[in-house]
Amino acid sequence: MKWIAGMMLVALAGTAYADGGKLVVPGNATWQEECGSCHIAYPPQLLDKQGWQQLMSGLDKHFGTDATLEPEAQREISGFLQRYAASSGRHSASSARISDTSWFIREHREVSGSTWVNPEVRSRSNCTACHVSAERGDWSERGIRVPGGRFEDDDD
Amino acid sequence: MNLKICIALLSLVAAGTVYAETPAELLNGYAGEAARSAPDFAPSVERGKSFFARKWGVSSKMPNCQSCHGGNLTQEGKHVITGKRIAPLSPLANTKRFTSSAKVEKWFKRNCNDVVGRECTAAEKADLIKFFNNPGVKS
Repeated sequence: MKWIAGMMLVALAGTAYADGGKLVVPGNATWQEECGSCHIAYPPQLLDKQGWQQLMSGLDKHFGTDATLEPEAQREISGFLQRYAASSGRHSASSARISDTSWFIREHREVSGSTWVNPEVRSRSNCTACHVSAERGDWSERGIRVPGGRFEDDDD
Repeated sequence: MNLKICIALLSLVAAGTVYAETPAELLNGYAGEAARSAPDFAPSVERGKSFFARKWGVSSKMPNCQSCHGGNLTQEGKHVITGKRIAPLSPLANTKRFTSSAKVEKWFKRNCNDVVGRECTAAEKADLIKFFNNPGVKS
């Protein structure tokens, strides 16, 4: 019977990915360490190449804080981000903010205004306020818990 | 044993020696640096404590160190902008703190620039680490 249970697990995992936007996040230890200190390390495929380049060239003024890196880490992380960057225009933003991309705005269109200002959420940069398993790479919809609110199923 | 593996293992041991630092070693390093320009310098818990709490008027979102690290250094802090949890700053509660000079230098540079509006001096860093080692001090 073990193999049946195994098959069911695989099927379940497949479902989770199917409704979670198939976000399979590549890993890099330096990116995880350096980008994951003040916020979660945002997956490289959420922004296009130009966006990452713009962001990485302004780390001394990174959305209001100094996030400068040693040259070696800067090179490694830039290479990693460029390698896995999005190619679609839905992931471009002149502000280099992932939350300003048309993809992000569409994905979060059902999130109410009161959720964004909930003290547990506060900022669009705070992914794990709702995507509670995102730090482990799980962005599936079944891993979403909206603080102080009900999550309505997205049907697309 | 293969010579290359031997060399690799030896360099790992050497790297370990370099990076396995302690809060006391880092404190002594900064205190020594401060003493070169002020021979009477001795790290002070009280100065560290008041530096940590001082509102610098540089950043509206991060007026002082407590904005993100909180008022109790043996407990977690919370990044005031992103909401991410920050592990306790005191080595008494978090043995990983102040064990890598490269990491400590990186964060002093960033956080001092953000909050104080300039890099911190060796004397200020020594005072701060002295305070972090004695977070319960009454002023």
